Amino acid sequence: MSAKALMAWQDLALGTAICEPGSAAKLKTGDWRSMAPSLDEEKCIQCGICLILCPEFCISEHDDGFFRPDYDYCKGCGICANECPKDAITMGREEK
Amino acid sequence: MAKRVGLEVSLAVADAVKMSKAEVVSAYPITPQTHIVEELSHFVANGELDAAFIPVESEHSAMSAAMGSAATGARTYTATSSQGLALMNEMLPIASAMRLPIVMTIANRSLSGPISIWNDHSDIMSIRDVGWVQIFVENGQEAFDISVCAFKIAEDHRVLLPMGVNMDGFMLSHMIEPVEFPDQSDIDDFLPGFTAKMILDPAEPVTMGPVGVPEVYMEAKVQCEQALINSKPVVKEVLDGFAAKFGRQYNLVETNGKEGAKTLFVTMGSLGETVMTSVDEMNADGKDVGQVRIRLWRPFPQEEFLAAVKGADKLIVLDRALSPGGVRGPVASELASLFHGQADAPEIVNVVAGLGGRDVSVDEFKEIYETAQSGGFKDAYTVWGVMSNA
Repeated sequence: MSAKALMAWQDLALGTAICEPGSAAKLKTGDWRSMAPSLDEEKCIQCGICLILCPEFCISEHDDGFFRPDYDYCKGCGICANECPKDAITMGREEK
Repeated sequence: MAKRVGLEVSLAVADAVKMSKAEVVSAYPITPQTHIVEELSHFVANGELDAAFIPVESEHSAMSAAMGSAATGARTYTATSSQGLALMNEMLPIASAMRLPIVMTIANRSLSGPISIWNDHSDIMSIRDVGWVQIFVENGQEAFDISVCAFKIAEDHRVLLPMGVNMDGFMLSHMIEPVEFPDQSDIDDFLPGFTAKMILDPAEPVTMGPVGVPEVYMEAKVQCEQALINSKPVVKEVLDGFAAKFGRQYNLVETNGKEGAKTLFVTMGSLGETVMTSVDEMNADGKDVGQVRIRLWRPFPQEEFLAAVKGADKLIVLDRALSPGGVRGPVASELASLFHGQADAPEIVNVVAGLGGRDVSVDEFKEIYETAQSGGFKDAYTVWGVMSNA
């Protein structure tokens, strides 16, 4: 049986405050994604438009020069695929 | 030396806030509360009170600013009434959920419509369940004294909850009464500065008031409710401490009239003083009647109330608000719930009276007593004094 509560009420901070700065990064907001982008590196010209337009700021430049999303946070909105000038990004159904 | 002066009760409350050294007053004027914050704005403007006075654009903002202020660790005060309290409604449960010890005077006034500036308890009863400590005062001295105590109660680290001090609009707020002012040094001894347990501080960042997902929300509410339940002994301790220092004892529940009387009036707020006079006169005429006055409304002082009515077989419960479509008025519903399942539960006669400033006289309470004795109140509650063609 999965626990319905995270912790006992006595263990919550005063007023349910969050006392650890930056803890929101631990919340993997990409876990409800139904569509995921995939990159065709043959077509990609490494322009970085996808990074600029990603509303989640989850695309970053990698050492090999390609721009890839962090799937922990990518929500699969498809803006990168839609805006890619070379159609190098395609959206596929999330396999889970 | 303490000095006794005659002044309007609203101004006495402003003096209490000044002598409590509030650091932030965030308020919007509304009748019949306005004189309190108007006086406080004078105190701040002329340098008598070293505080930030924030003249906000609405009561919603007044409470929002008060919450921000309390979150920085400042002693924070505001006041409102009726529609103003209603406009604050959205923020009130957030203030308690965030455990911010704001003190607010509520000059109780009926909710519109029809538009009314006069007194009843429909404003406070509409926000009964926001998780604040809620207390009612009956006279000017009490309004002063309890206002000072409220800061000490709310800011106590065993409580850390906002506290509403209810004072009947006009019937109390605008009366001129004798009020004894303690020396500032004695108030300073009784009420040291506010030391917050958690504050907004860039050096030690915290997120106050985050989202409570379903896996957290219920635990958060229980934590808040437990704090409210656990505030009762602190309220008692502070009031007893006040009595030890200043000689005026306030209890969670008060009794007067004939001891061991079988019929008891139950009142809350300043109309209780009218009932006191009525009960005294009826006692002088040999009537078997007494009175219980509820001072602390939230958390409800269950044990103290049960002890106060022990042996009585009839309670005439006065409500100053309707619970439209409900079983009884709010106070009587509370008591019916309290007595549920008890073998020796007294009969509850519920009279809703004095809505929208309608006066209820000493003689009318005698009439209410006689009607109750003769079984004249047939319904679960009776709206007293309504003109009807039926």
